[in-house]
Amino acid sequence: MKKRSKMQVSWDDRVFDIVTWAFLLFFIVIVMYPLYFVVIASFSDPMYVNNGQLVFLPKGITLMGYRRVFMDKRILSGYLNTLIYTGCGTVFGVCVTMLAGYSLSRKDLPGRNIIMMLFVFTMYFSGGMIPMYLVVKSLNLVNTRLLMVLLGSVSVYNIIITRSFLAGNMSDDLLDAARIDGCGNARFFVSIVLPLSKAIVAVIALYIAVVHWNSYFNAMIFMTDEGKYPLQLYLREILLSATTTINTTTETDPEAAMRLQQMGQVIKYGVIVVSTVPIICVYPFVQKYFVKGVMIGSVKG
Amino acid sequence: MTQRKKTLILMKRNWVLYLFLLPAVIYIGTFMYAPMYGLIIAFKDFTASKGIMGSPWAGMKWFTTFFHTPRFWQILGNTLAISLYSLVVGFPLPIILALIINNINNLKFKKFTQTVTYMPYFISTVVLVGMMSVLFSPRSGVINTLLSYLGGSGDTFFMGESKYFRHMYVWSGVWQNMGWNSIIYIAALTGVSQELHEAARIDGANKLQRILHVDIPAILPTMIILLIMNCGNVLSVGYEKVYLLQNDLNTPVSEVISTYIYKMGLQQQRYSYSTAIGLFNNVINFLVLVTVNKISNKVSGTGLF
Repeated sequence: MKKRSKMQVSWDDRVFDIVTWAFLLFFIVIVMYPLYFVVIASFSDPMYVNNGQLVFLPKGITLMGYRRVFMDKRILSGYLNTLIYTGCGTVFGVCVTMLAGYSLSRKDLPGRNIIMMLFVFTMYFSGGMIPMYLVVKSLNLVNTRLLMVLLGSVSVYNIIITRSFLAGNMSDDLLDAARIDGCGNARFFVSIVLPLSKAIVAVIALYIAVVHWNSYFNAMIFMTDEGKYPLQLYLREILLSATTTINTTTETDPEAAMRLQQMGQVIKYGVIVVSTVPIICVYPFVQKYFVKGVMIGSVKG
Repeated sequence: MTQRKKTLILMKRNWVLYLFLLPAVIYIGTFMYAPMYGLIIAFKDFTASKGIMGSPWAGMKWFTTFFHTPRFWQILGNTLAISLYSLVVGFPLPIILALIINNINNLKFKKFTQTVTYMPYFISTVVLVGMMSVLFSPRSGVINTLLSYLGGSGDTFFMGESKYFRHMYVWSGVWQNMGWNSIIYIAALTGVSQELHEAARIDGANKLQRILHVDIPAILPTMIILLIMNCGNVLSVGYEKVYLLQNDLNTPVSEVISTYIYKMGLQQQRYSYSTAIGLFNNVINFLVLVTVNKISNKVSGTGLF
């Protein structure tokens, strides 16, 4: 690599470099700027934000918006619910996926191809919204926290990735050696397979957690009790309703109500930051496993 | 030893593995296969009180109802337009990004670029649409502010006017998913041998030629697989984002099959009708997938199955 840069660079390579760098900078700015703007707007004085005077730097730094956000009971309740659904759902999903993925990775399991085919079929064909609704209703799961934990936890795609990873990483010799030592399937899984699968556990845990953290539609369909709403449903109310519906206290003083109205935009920016930072922060921890994990899933599709 | 005996011995020895599979089988059975049984109501006059089996048969009534509604062509057209637009824009961009990132020699900068471009993927649909609505809002939104510096009017209602709907939908999707979708190509590109590049360089190939003749052939199978998968989804524009972007002004261009299914089914309680539309949608998707896969198998030798 080093040698190459010392060699003479031809003009067409130089043009190529300039063009790709321009593209890259453009990509980075396009991706970063909206995120950056949201953050600076959330710290700025509502007056400047509402008048569109904010472009590159925060103006009139204040934490008013955040104070309002954290005073809103719906945000706190939604946060708590989402944490429960995401936490339990991820643990449940990782367990089911690892167990199934391991079994399906074993070549000496009769019937594994049939089960695999039945699983994969559901990736391309499904019952649809209403039949799903009827099933959930007949199981008495409508408006239950259990349903919010279950939905989205197990996906065939994750099972396939796990299976491919384990099929590639667990050698038959290892299993044979363990078996000679009198180690059964269950113990082999717990004490050999799991410790060697940290990468794939991290990847699928992230996948499942992101789905749980971000989903709103299932909750919109199945949940009727506001106390059980996940964060995203409240966010929908706050971010996408025409008027500012954030209501920390019922303002009777007209001047205070006006001020609250003015703060609408800043509060929205604050809500966006507060709801998104946790899930974005998870990614760097898992990043090192990532390219590997995704590649396995893609190769064997 | 006969084959059957062998199988039985294996099954007995590995019975624990079947136990391992049980939770997943129950889950898939309950949330995937049980709803498929419910598809029967697409051919019935379903009422909740009579149940799935007790409701009278209706034949193909609901399908013909759908084909004859005045909005049928509009909804079908919207769905196709959005998904083809997304495909044409959203398919090549991640590949270009991956090829560019792969060309960065500075490892730290490479990692930085990747982290930055993945970030939007983690933003939820609700927050994404919320961000769009504040950033693009007519007076206070920063996009309009920037446009007014460039001589624009500064009060374009991007989120309301129907002529912007498709662009907003597709380009926000590109913004959110481009980086993430490039991972798979970056992963495939790390497998390209450096010797091949070196050989091409000695033969006098410049960077662009090396990308065209070394890198792209190497990721071609990945590209084909993803293209097939995308084509299989040509009639399934998800309801999650469209529903949030919808308003009274833009429904003529924003109503797609999935949102129509939701409205007919859960808002108007027309269960059988909604199920029939869903089934129609599903079958078309499945047929397209199988066809594209077959063509690809013949032409390129790569396929999903």
